[in-house]
Amino acid sequence: MKTTKLLMSAGVIATLFFAACSPKDGDIQTAVKAKEASEVSVAVTKGEVTLTGEVADEAEKAKAETIAKAEKGVKSVVNNLTIKPAFNTTAPVVIADDAALTKNVADAAKDFPTVQTTVKDGVVTLKGEISKSSLVKLMQQLSVLKPKKIDNQLTVK
Amino acid sequence: MALQDKYKALTDAATAAGISDLAVREQDGVLYIDGTAADGATKDQLWDIYNQIDPNFASGDLVLNVNVAVDAAVTHAKVITESSNLNIRKGPGTDQPIVGKAAHGEVITLVNRSNDLWWLVRTNDGEEGYCYAQYLEPQA
Repeated sequence: MKTTKLLMSAGVIATLFFAACSPKDGDIQTAVKAKEASEVSVAVTKGEVTLTGEVADEAEKAKAETIAKAEKGVKSVVNNLTIKPAFNTTAPVVIADDAALTKNVADAAKDFPTVQTTVKDGVVTLKGEISKSSLVKLMQQLSVLKPKKIDNQLTVK
Repeated sequence: MALQDKYKALTDAATAAGISDLAVREQDGVLYIDGTAADGATKDQLWDIYNQIDPNFASGDLVLNVNVAVDAAVTHAKVITESSNLNIRKGPGTDQPIVGKAAHGEVITLVNRSNDLWWLVRTNDGEEGYCYAQYLEPQA
């Protein structure tokens, strides 16, 4: 019994001793943050580092974790970093007003005499007939004009 | 989300091809994909995939607005009409008077590309005016 108690108190003392010696959470936070990429947020609680934020890919995520683990005084790392989606999903959809769209559609369709175009509320409607190779060209030219929709009713020859 | 699934092969290809400023949004039953391709071949590749998913582009549920990046340093462009001459106009629009012509295959000087659709050009004869940008291929 005595030995156990002695060991326990030794353990407590040792813990206190090491706790006193190991870097404080604030210091760890500052040191890790300085080494991480700017988009990585760092929080430290009792030597446990939590990483949050959005990074470009898996490699960046792993690298951030390696950096944190290498820091003196860090006991564990919780890697809550997320990977940025490959594309923007929130940018507003820009739709041209009918006046500009009508003019630009007329310009684009000028060289496709077998095609009739109408523009209403941003919807470009195509009627008539067209060859396969011309169809791709026409669609490419119309798609950059910021229509709401291209209603292609063309007969492809 | 359904449209994003339908055109997943396209957005995957756009991502893999490194399309810059890629944006993919669905709104009122239409999927909008915007971005800038490094070259014309990349753009054509995306259009091929679009045509495979939606033969002859008949569904009307996608607006694929992918432009080709043009290096700011480029000063000349080749006329890539089917075979005819390219009209040079006084202003940006087919309602503008024709002030000159550039021959098919001719390489002309780019003066200003601030308008995406109509570029201000100068021919070797010194004629200056606007040409429809789709018929001009920037020369590296």
